[in-house]
Amino acid sequence: MNNFLEKCAEKGFLVSILISVFLSLGILSFLVFFSLPLIRGGHFLRMMKSGWDPYGGNFGVLPMMVGTGVIASLALFIAAPIGLGCSALISVLAKGNVGGFIRKAVEFMTGIPTVVYGFVAIFLLVPLIREIFNKGTGMCVLSASIVLAVLILPTIVMFLTDAFNSVPGHYLDASAALGATPVQQLIFIIIPFSWRGIVSGLVLSAGRAVGDTLISLMIAGNALQIPRELSDASRTLTAHIALIIAGDCESPEFKSIFLCGLILFVFTACMVLILRLLGSFGIPEDR
Amino acid sequence: MRFKVILFLMAVLILLSGAGSFVLAGNLDRFAGAKGTLRIAGGTAHIPVMKEAAKRIMNINPNIRISIAGGGSGVGIKQAGEGLVNIGNSGRKATKDEIARYKLVVFKFAIDGIAVVVNPENPVKSLTKDQLENAFSGKLSRWYVLGWEDRGINVYTRDASSGTREVFWKKGLNKGEIAPKANFVKSHGAMKTSVSVDPFGIGYISIGYLDDTVASVSIDGISPTLKNVREENYEIARGLYMNTRGEPAGLAKLFIDYILSREGQEIVKEKGFIAIN
Repeated sequence: MNNFLEKCAEKGFLVSILISVFLSLGILSFLVFFSLPLIRGGHFLRMMKSGWDPYGGNFGVLPMMVGTGVIASLALFIAAPIGLGCSALISVLAKGNVGGFIRKAVEFMTGIPTVVYGFVAIFLLVPLIREIFNKGTGMCVLSASIVLAVLILPTIVMFLTDAFNSVPGHYLDASAALGATPVQQLIFIIIPFSWRGIVSGLVLSAGRAVGDTLISLMIAGNALQIPRELSDASRTLTAHIALIIAGDCESPEFKSIFLCGLILFVFTACMVLILRLLGSFGIPEDR
Repeated sequence: MRFKVILFLMAVLILLSGAGSFVLAGNLDRFAGAKGTLRIAGGTAHIPVMKEAAKRIMNINPNIRISIAGGGSGVGIKQAGEGLVNIGNSGRKATKDEIARYKLVVFKFAIDGIAVVVNPENPVKSLTKDQLENAFSGKLSRWYVLGWEDRGINVYTRDASSGTREVFWKKGLNKGEIAPKANFVKSHGAMKTSVSVDPFGIGYISIGYLDDTVASVSIDGISPTLKNVREENYEIARGLYMNTRGEPAGLAKLFIDYILSREGQEIVKEKGFIAIN
């Protein structure tokens, strides 16, 4: 009987694994299939190089690729140190109830819908940024990155605190016996040991930053230029798809968004691969 | 506790149905006995008129559900053509190609002007056609040229699906270029919010959406008023359309007839557009 249940569970899990694997492969082949005409027609390179000018017959997505890259990496750049600090405070350094309180606050943040962040930012952050730079609309790369950083912060903090908490207690005891202060423990024991957890947190939040549509649609300004300064408006691939998908589905603009989807897919895959490679340098957890 | 909630809900329902019967029926008579769901999507300029009409209809006949979504004229035409919605709104006339492809039937129900808007703080209240074109193309990039502070002109435009953009581009900018630095917003509401919080912004919205959060700009000395649009002095104007796939039937037909009726056209006027009947 037990054996039978085991078998069932095994089969069940196998099926769900197959479904999720085939789903991602299916999406990839769907995107490739629909972008094939564009790739075959030799438009691919031109699309990668040129700008977006539907009336001039140019459907290049280079500005959006740059926009996505810049906004997502800037968001990660802002959120990662803050997240590290928060989690260090929560799981190691804070005394009394402070850590628990911060953790509760961060958990609460995960429940706030993106549109609320976007809405608040339009009225509070955007005018501030506009006045600080004294030019542009305030809807720019920097504003979008800051809001995205707030958005991905909970993911990073959750992963980091979990990773920090899973460091074996006897290592901490041993280091404490040698006279290590909590800060020294954090830097020399906890962070190296939770490297993989840190990397998974960064991978997931990077994926979220690249994939988020609403924040960049509302805050980044959606301009069709390659951003050259932090105060320049920019458009991400996701926002581009959202803006074009409403249009005429027979138009070449519409066809080009399949390629955007493909680029986005490859983009995220590469990011995950790179960060996973970084992760393999850490100390294995099972020692 | 639960009993009290139920009691309260019942009281609300009774009040609502009572309020419904007080509304003067008139043109709404046609909806008596009808029931079902009507889905409307598309142009965002249309939404105030659609909402008011839907409110009145659903008030008198709670068996009818009407859902109204935005998305832009492109969405309206596409979704009506694909049968995803019963009525697709557009702020531009559907192209011949679209009409043929989707077998669309087009109903024009109002005339609308497109006003150039700036922030109320902005003292620039009039532009020539040339200045307008240059401001949107980026050739004219600073407000001091127009007699204000030395700050950049922040151009706001609409996304590809927008009928307002299409018409403004043709009639307001003579198909001139729109600068790549222009910010894209996704609806009338978003355009109004953007310009009302950005002192240095310039954008364009349907005159039905004009209020004191934004200031309209006169073009070549002609201000975008209802009177000027009606008398065809103000050029940047267009029809507002409802599109259906094939001849409308059932609720869609009732709804379109209602919008074109005297009462429907009163709503059109109330919401700041020009009635056609």
